[in-house]
Amino acid sequence: MSILVDAQTRLVVQGITGRDGSFHTAQMLEYGTVVCAGVTPGKGGQRFADRVPIFNTMADAVAQTQANTAVIYVPPAFAAGAIAEAADAGVGLVVCITEGIPTVDLLRILPFVRERGARLLGPNCPGLISPGSAKVGIIPGNICLPGRVGVVSRSGTLTYEVVNHLTREGVGQSTCVGIGGDPIIGTNFIDCLAAFQADDATDAIVMIGEIGGTDEQQAAEFVASHVTKPVIGFIAGQTAPKGRRMGHAGAIISGSSGTAAEKMASFEANGISVMERPVDVVSLVRERLGETPRHSTADQASQRTS
Amino acid sequence: MNLHEYQARDLFRKAGIKMPEGDVATTPSEAEAVARTLGGKVVVKAQVHAGGRGKAGGVKLAATPSEAAGHAEKILGMVIKDLVVGKVLIVPAAEITSEAYVGMILDRESQRPVLMVSASGGVDIEEVAATSPEKISRLAIDPRYGLLPHQAMALGFALYEDVGQVRAAAKIMTQLYGVFMDNGATLTEINPLVTTPTGEVLALDAKITLDDNILERRPDLATLRDETAEAPSEVEARRAGLTFIKLEGNVGCVVNGAGLAMATMDLVKYYGGEPANFLDIGGSSNPDKVVTALRIITRDPSVKAILFNIFGGITRTDDVANGIVGALEQFKVEVPIVIRLTGTNEQEAIRILEDVGMTALNGMDEAVEQVVARAKEAA
Repeated sequence: MSILVDAQTRLVVQGITGRDGSFHTAQMLEYGTVVCAGVTPGKGGQRFADRVPIFNTMADAVAQTQANTAVIYVPPAFAAGAIAEAADAGVGLVVCITEGIPTVDLLRILPFVRERGARLLGPNCPGLISPGSAKVGIIPGNICLPGRVGVVSRSGTLTYEVVNHLTREGVGQSTCVGIGGDPIIGTNFIDCLAAFQADDATDAIVMIGEIGGTDEQQAAEFVASHVTKPVIGFIAGQTAPKGRRMGHAGAIISGSSGTAAEKMASFEANGISVMERPVDVVSLVRERLGETPRHSTADQASQRTS
Repeated sequence: MNLHEYQARDLFRKAGIKMPEGDVATTPSEAEAVARTLGGKVVVKAQVHAGGRGKAGGVKLAATPSEAAGHAEKILGMVIKDLVVGKVLIVPAAEITSEAYVGMILDRESQRPVLMVSASGGVDIEEVAATSPEKISRLAIDPRYGLLPHQAMALGFALYEDVGQVRAAAKIMTQLYGVFMDNGATLTEINPLVTTPTGEVLALDAKITLDDNILERRPDLATLRDETAEAPSEVEARRAGLTFIKLEGNVGCVVNGAGLAMATMDLVKYYGGEPANFLDIGGSSNPDKVVTALRIITRDPSVKAILFNIFGGITRTDDVANGIVGALEQFKVEVPIVIRLTGTNEQEAIRILEDVGMTALNGMDEAVEQVVARAKEAA
């Protein structure tokens, strides 16, 4: 098992004929993801790579292929519209890779998405991957390994760095989720922590945060009250200056809040092991899995670390 | 992107928010002319993206047009927090009976715009929030319905007793919400919102921060960017599609991805060095970006060594390698370069670098330790 995507995922790619959409669709197909449809208005009736049918609208794509998940690679000006279209077509999960969507677009569209019962991941995120079963987005498949550690992160390449360390040391992952670096996002740390906690195939959780906002602090409090599995955390931006947006729209220290120090202290106070460097992830995961998990037997724990 | 007060005033006035007359000037004689047109006492205000203008001497009261010219003479060219003042705003000196605060911010937690009002205005609102949060009333606005009349009135009553003033404040709040949503702002703020001896409710200050992502759609707003208020290297980087922020250290960093770029800076510090910059070349595979990145970094004389930290995903590491080789053909780099790359097409990238006698490392820690050591040798 895993969270959010698995072998049952039937994916529709919005913007499948674009530069990014076509490149990453090929990668997802190669990884073994079931890509059952693509959508590009005006190109309905064509096929992608001679196999994936393309539709003009999401409604057609979902009606004819029973797609249950959408991934969006359309330009920022059309991305909020694409999110709404996906939610309206009835898919349960909408993953938006597009970077640069105006925040006001999201403010307007999010209530609609939730009313339709859909979950949005992102925008401005690398997507997610359940190693061995499904890859939705742009996380490189070759750095992942099937296993039992859940990874959730606000970043893209920093996630790859951390996952790469895990994989090289033989520590596999159940699902790796990039929630995105924007201030307004559809799925946050707490949503993913709750899903990993409920997932029988996840034994430990790695949470990668950064400066800006208070999402990590709230996540830490949630860990203390609702998560019995070991959680290991990292915060990027200890050397970031105040008041400057560090690339991600959401990564800005405003006033006295949102600093790395504050977030790391909150992690520690709530029982989350803090990595000083990305490379520390392996030893901390091993150390925490070596303890007797509060939810499980010592026998299972020793099997996992062997 | 932060707007200057005079630019924010224009957007506020366009939305109908009641503000005193006033105009901007770039020379003392222009300032004098504006003061004469306004008549009476005026305030000359430095237009600069920095808080604490008043304390720095950038806000002055003038009784006559010639005094306004004298103040403008002193304020224009003044340096406030490293920024040179190029414009002043001249507004009539209002008589004030009370000062309140009205602001709208993007709230990450509620995922809504939040209106904040306080009868304690004219001071730093963050300080009010820290010391007496009960003095601030907040309302998260559902963007499907906007700010409803009764909600605005309730917040108006938190500021004033007189119903006329309550209505005037409610109207201004609704207009402020309009400015926020219509222009894709992340902050719209009036501090202070004042009442005058005649009972009028007026916005005396105007502050707007725009979401950078709105600018492509709104060229009219994009032209409001004041590039003289930014470091030239940051302007050049933005035009090339890079995010660059100058820092104090001597280890130059070129990284793909914002999170990894921050983690790289942190690791430089961890191994005893100081990062010279934040630089994210983004997810694209354009060798030209790498050339520009290297040009910007090498121009900084405090940089003693440069680190490339590239984790290929969408970014192809061979493109980065080509960019590095291309840059070295175009200009001389006097300081040592340490390259770490892994991921997409790394074998090809290593070959490209080895052809010109360079090497690439595979691990981030190893690369950072090495670049810190090289920077120390050179310092």
